[in-house]
Amino acid sequence: MNEKYETHEHDVLIIGAGGAGLRAAIEALAQGASVGVICKSLLGKAHTVMAEGGIAAAMANVDQADNWQVHFRDTMRGGKFLNNWRMAQIHAQESSERVRELEQWGALFDRTEDGRILQRAFGGHTFKRLCHVGDRTGLEMIRTLQDRGVQMGFDVYMECTVTRLLKDGDRVAGAFGYWRENGRFVLFKAKSIVVATGGIGKAWSITSNSWEYTGDGMALAYDAGADLMDMEFVQFHPTGMVWPPGVQGILVTEAVRGEGGILRNRLGERFMEKYDPKRMELSTRDVVARAIYTEVREGRGTEHGGAFLDISHKPAEYVKRKLPSMYHQFLELADVDITKEPMEVGPTCHYVMGGVRVEADTAQSSLPGLFAAGEAAAGLHGANRLGGNSLSDLLVFGRRAGLAAAQHAKTTSTPALDGREIEDAERELLTPFERKDGENPYNLHSDLQEVMQAQVGIFRTEEDLQSALTKIGQFKQPSEQFSITGSRMFNPGWHLCRDLKSMLTVSEAVTRSAIARRESRGAHSRIDYPKLDPEWGNKNNVISRRADRMELRQEPIPSIPEDLQALLAEEKGTGA
Amino acid sequence: MAEAVLRIFRGTREGGEPVEYRVPVATGMVVLDALHYVQKHQAPDLAVRWNCKAGKCGSCSAEVNGRPRLTCKTRMDTLPQDKPITIFPMKAFPVIKDLVTDVSWNYKVNKKIPPFQPRKGVEWKMYQPDIDRVQEFRKCIECFLCQNVCHVLRDHGKQEEFGGPRFFVRVAGLEMHPLDGLSRTSLLKDELGLGLCNITKCCTEVCPEGIRITDNAIIPLKERVVDEFYDPLLRLVRKIRNAGKPAPE
Repeated sequence: MNEKYETHEHDVLIIGAGGAGLRAAIEALAQGASVGVICKSLLGKAHTVMAEGGIAAAMANVDQADNWQVHFRDTMRGGKFLNNWRMAQIHAQESSERVRELEQWGALFDRTEDGRILQRAFGGHTFKRLCHVGDRTGLEMIRTLQDRGVQMGFDVYMECTVTRLLKDGDRVAGAFGYWRENGRFVLFKAKSIVVATGGIGKAWSITSNSWEYTGDGMALAYDAGADLMDMEFVQFHPTGMVWPPGVQGILVTEAVRGEGGILRNRLGERFMEKYDPKRMELSTRDVVARAIYTEVREGRGTEHGGAFLDISHKPAEYVKRKLPSMYHQFLELADVDITKEPMEVGPTCHYVMGGVRVEADTAQSSLPGLFAAGEAAAGLHGANRLGGNSLSDLLVFGRRAGLAAAQHAKTTSTPALDGREIEDAERELLTPFERKDGENPYNLHSDLQEVMQAQVGIFRTEEDLQSALTKIGQFKQPSEQFSITGSRMFNPGWHLCRDLKSMLTVSEAVTRSAIARRESRGAHSRIDYPKLDPEWGNKNNVISRRADRMELRQEPIPSIPEDLQALLAEEKGTGA
Repeated sequence: MAEAVLRIFRGTREGGEPVEYRVPVATGMVVLDALHYVQKHQAPDLAVRWNCKAGKCGSCSAEVNGRPRLTCKTRMDTLPQDKPITIFPMKAFPVIKDLVTDVSWNYKVNKKIPPFQPRKGVEWKMYQPDIDRVQEFRKCIECFLCQNVCHVLRDHGKQEEFGGPRFFVRVAGLEMHPLDGLSRTSLLKDELGLGLCNITKCCTEVCPEGIRITDNAIIPLKERVVDEFYDPLLRLVRKIRNAGKPAPE
């Protein structure tokens, strides 16, 4: 039937080769499954490589009072108690073991005086908890996982984009995609599929995210019938570069504040005293991002519309040692020597807490055989993610997804692929070449980014959100009328046509969820509903596809067992 | 606003030629920004690799005015504006299209290298001074600029016999890991062709991470190979010493 297409078959197919995808692959291989890993870029270039600050794990190497219970509580508190409690528990309990494992596979973390893994302070973490390598922790992690996986023997399909999940009845059966290099189509047949495609930040104009972050995995899962959850919670990292224009949005690691960096406004005021006098610069990201945004809006911003972040009071050698890539980034791109003068920083779209709705223990979505892990999955971080909890998330739930996917594959027969679905997927990709004088995808991408930035940003109102929803709806039509020049060989304009479809799906999901949640919680701030509403504290927004419409409903959050409830008792009821 | 002229290679394996594009230059703009401008306004099918745009992923390597660079870290205001800026793909790798080259050979070499293998019964303690030098090697972002300028690969095309600086850096990171128990000297000598390197330091000069590839990785590895295979006295001493050492697990 499918002789027309190059076809590969695996027990477990993993889409995405960042931390979650690679960790899933390693675990599935260890279970004896045959594993294929697909990535849009070259291996080792996924977003994980850009992670800077560290991996959160309650190893208690520096602060001996730390333990999983405190990590659990910090995570729940940071997420404004909207987190899936079971995921938060598993994460806090297993992350230390996952870090040790990395070390046993060759990772070299910075050390304490007595030879153990060094841990640093970070926003929202009670204790010094982030295992790190200077400010390039993600690079260390991805290389370690990559080398481990390659030696164990997975098949890697690099520079390959999946555009559709294929189903056999009600379960997943495979995936359809194209090779970026030559534009040829390719089919994958698999018993289990793990979506580990990361986030959606490329739908905003000021973002720390790369071209890959177009919400592919969430849109693929949604199209295939799986639920999405918590999509209104988009994290704006407080500190992105603001000047010069070309570097706007590039991440400035939270480790700058973890190492003692101080935030000031144009008047020299240490403004965090007003917003969180207790935790100051090490408050959670939602609070710090709103604080900087507010200072700028009220006229106390820097020349280029940001805040000053200063680490120059620390010895120059220390700064260069602990924050080497920040030092070089500012020196080379902004002519700023951070050992001598402050940086200018402002919020940048960084991470989405929402994603594919999964079971806590297995990472399985509502669609049998489809799993999701890492940023592509929802639940662990609730309404706001703590810094450092992402890398640990990738390891803990990447492993669990790989394990469950391999087990699922063992008990499942080989699925069949649907020829009509495949033909339809092919047709969808080819139409932009057939059209003349259609829309330019780059222009539509800019338009979408401007709408999301202006109307679905840090502070939101009903009016803005409704306007954004209308515009997203209007964008869908031109997105079906793109025309593209050139051939199918490595053609970024053509690739963007399909990526935009995913971005429009996730943008709609974010906007619809944000309209529904009439309160302010974590990263979701409504000017028209500025308070935390206890009613909304018990509900997740869930999105699914019904016919061709996006349907939104609320589902109660799972109730927390008493022993864990007790850990949180004194924390509930604190403000947004 | 000032304007720059870019002469970008457009073509495939079969051939191609530079094409000129005019781009407005904004403050602090880097070459990658200029390439994105061309994509958006003039040539949507211009093939360019990039990811982080912050010098962390090593995707956007190219030859700018003949010099191998990360385009995301090359400021337009550091280049002479009175003549066209030439942007060509890395020469040591086959062109796929425009600025995108086929770097798959690197991944094949990498596969030959046996991974970290802890010594048996090792205690998981390491001290910062002992890992400083290894952490230098692990800064590598795999931009492959060092491979691109290495004349053994670029001019002599010895891809079959030679691993290239990137992989000497990787092996150095493993060999000097304080808890690693494996020896990779015969791999260096026989399969990665370390002897072909005549330490011209071209690799060190282009490394965007500032890794002292020649001095800190290649020369110490060459010494190890010499000690192991060409110094009969040391060889004997080591043989006697190793007799009592635990084998890797």
